[in-house]
Amino acid sequence: MGNFESNAVRKCDTTGLPVCLTAQKFIRLHGVLAVVFLLVGAIAAILLALTRWPKIHLLPQDWYYRLLTAHGLNMLIFWILFLEVAILYFCCTTLLNSRLFSKGMAWVGFCLMLVGALMVNYTVFTGTSDVLMTAYLPLKAHPAFYLGIILVAVGTLIGVINFFGTLYIAKRDKTYEGSVPLVVFGATAAAIIAVVTLLHGAVVMIPTFTWSMGWTAQPDPAWYRLIWWGLGHMSQQVNVCAMVSVWYLIATLTTGARPHNEAVCRTAFVLYILFINLASAHHLLVDPGVSAGWKIWNTSYAMYLAVLASMMHGFTVPASIEAAMRAKGYVKGLFGWLVHAPWKNPGFSAVFLSLVIFGFIGGITGVTLGTQQINILAHNTLRIPGHFHATVVGGTTLAFMGLIYYVVPLIFQREYYARGLAMIQPYIFAIGITLMSFGMSFAGSAGVPRRHWDAEFTGAPLAAGFDAGTHLWLGVMGVGGTIAFIGLLIFILLTVTAVFFGKSNKGRAMTPWAAVEPVAGTVVEEPTDKTPGTMVLVIILLVSFAVYYFANWKALVDVWHVR
Amino acid sequence: MSIHVPEKGWFKAPTGGERVWIGLSLVWCLIMFMMMPYWHYRGKQNSTGEAYRTTPEAFTERVTRFVETLKVGEEAGIPIVEPAPGGDAYLMGRMWQWYPILKLKKGQTYRIHVSSVDLQHGFSLLPVNMNFHVLPGLDHVLTMTPTMEGDYSIICNEFCGIGHHFMTGKIIVE
Repeated sequence: MGNFESNAVRKCDTTGLPVCLTAQKFIRLHGVLAVVFLLVGAIAAILLALTRWPKIHLLPQDWYYRLLTAHGLNMLIFWILFLEVAILYFCCTTLLNSRLFSKGMAWVGFCLMLVGALMVNYTVFTGTSDVLMTAYLPLKAHPAFYLGIILVAVGTLIGVINFFGTLYIAKRDKTYEGSVPLVVFGATAAAIIAVVTLLHGAVVMIPTFTWSMGWTAQPDPAWYRLIWWGLGHMSQQVNVCAMVSVWYLIATLTTGARPHNEAVCRTAFVLYILFINLASAHHLLVDPGVSAGWKIWNTSYAMYLAVLASMMHGFTVPASIEAAMRAKGYVKGLFGWLVHAPWKNPGFSAVFLSLVIFGFIGGITGVTLGTQQINILAHNTLRIPGHFHATVVGGTTLAFMGLIYYVVPLIFQREYYARGLAMIQPYIFAIGITLMSFGMSFAGSAGVPRRHWDAEFTGAPLAAGFDAGTHLWLGVMGVGGTIAFIGLLIFILLTVTAVFFGKSNKGRAMTPWAAVEPVAGTVVEEPTDKTPGTMVLVIILLVSFAVYYFANWKALVDVWHVR
Repeated sequence: MSIHVPEKGWFKAPTGGERVWIGLSLVWCLIMFMMMPYWHYRGKQNSTGEAYRTTPEAFTERVTRFVETLKVGEEAGIPIVEPAPGGDAYLMGRMWQWYPILKLKKGQTYRIHVSSVDLQHGFSLLPVNMNFHVLPGLDHVLTMTPTMEGDYSIICNEFCGIGHHFMTGKIIVE
């Protein structure tokens, strides 16, 4: 088995799985760079939170918009893309028992991504590209800004092609038998969506770049919005796919979870591939020039079939954990399995909190705000970042943190210091992000705009502003953002010290985070499909969903009539 | 295990709780989908996206004519304009102002033409909290009926440069 050259592979001392040394090098490189961009984005984040907290209002306006540009790009694009390429390389090599397809391609992809990201950051921080992440036309940035984004996209695409190449040689060399593992299947779904996403990026960014050079006419702003969001929103669906794969991966590593019916999980991934690319419409729901029928069909991902996919994963992930815990003897009541879950394991707690925040806050708000008419109450208000900080940060970033708590000991072969601090870190981050998301959502419900330096409108010829209650929610946002920043900083400090100064664990198994031991005297059996606790949890989710959804329709009735 | 090759025969229909949940989810998805066409049929708040191609020059000219013919007053140097009930009104977004101030009657319906003559802007009516996107080159027609009296502000909620937070406007409803 395996298609490795004899000196290009090692056996993991913890899991016994093969690790391709070339892939390992690039997983490390991409991982380190991802965390560097995460830190840049985080420093911008705290300064932004302290500016939008009206009592503090820290930054001057030019630096507010500059750092907002930097925050969006470093967090949403660079941190996540760098880590996703690392995840792809891991899945296609270790889990398929294969070597990486091409070392040369991995270098080219990595260098293009790095150069592109540096170009973008340079133009932003030198103040020549204050256009925010979306860079809506006719706003004009420095040409190097667009070129940098193109380079990052091309570099990522090369990484994705390297992933597909590895799938090919693994199949050809018969390094595994039968179907690929579920996590690889999920990663493949993410990679397919990534290709479509990055092609949209090329279609929109190349003419924008040539326009910025003065070579061609300005593209149409409405066209730009449609195609840019084919890049901007769809890339978030790459994140969703990657995050769900990480949920399955970490659930297995921490509790031995195994989905009862993989056909269900895989079908859900296929639904993502088929329908999720319609989501560009979420950003055009109150735009001129796009018909209502087009908006309804696309915003609902064709009758919400991609939402159905998330709801399926939302069941199968906790159900697989419940089944594994019950098989180990934690059978008491509905939630005995949950109470005795390894809550002191930062990998597990990060993933479970990610699941809860993504489902209960991010998912419910996302579908509701993406309802065509309800979007009238939400477009460009703080409700929108209130939603996506619960999906991308509370969901994806938190899940990726949980993953890194395993990547460092298993791939970097270094141990974490201050393990007690690591155990509470996911909770600090989750509480902060949840508070921040609530603050943003409630302030946004009063109409507070997103991406806005001064919601007091100081100096405007015609007065405008918000009441004291709304200011309180902006304060909650500021407090939540500060707590989340502290949680993030702890994570980065712990990870950086572990990677560079941590004790090596070469030649032995990693020091385990809290593991789940079977209850004494239990004969561990095969997990079953009896998961009543999960059923109760998802019913609570559905009821919360319906209440929030119809409360928004109720609020819509109270505004002026419009058509 | 999710990280290992699945056993043969893994492709099978869902059973038990999983099956129930997928059924419930599908029903819920269809309910949410049907709500949107239903609201276009019965509801009073919809975004139809009605729009016409225009240019900054043509739209500026139309706004100027609208202000000259129907101006009824002035506030902070900005004209207040009262369109005929049932008629057309014009609102121009520019860096950094909504121009002019509109004076409307409660319960009357107006075709409000909104466009930008420079960057993209966001029409956000406060404290009602209604939001629509405004693009240069497109005349976005909002057929609106104010349902409450009072003074309302319009702010801009799409980033339009360094003076974005100065960009306000006003609608008076009597």
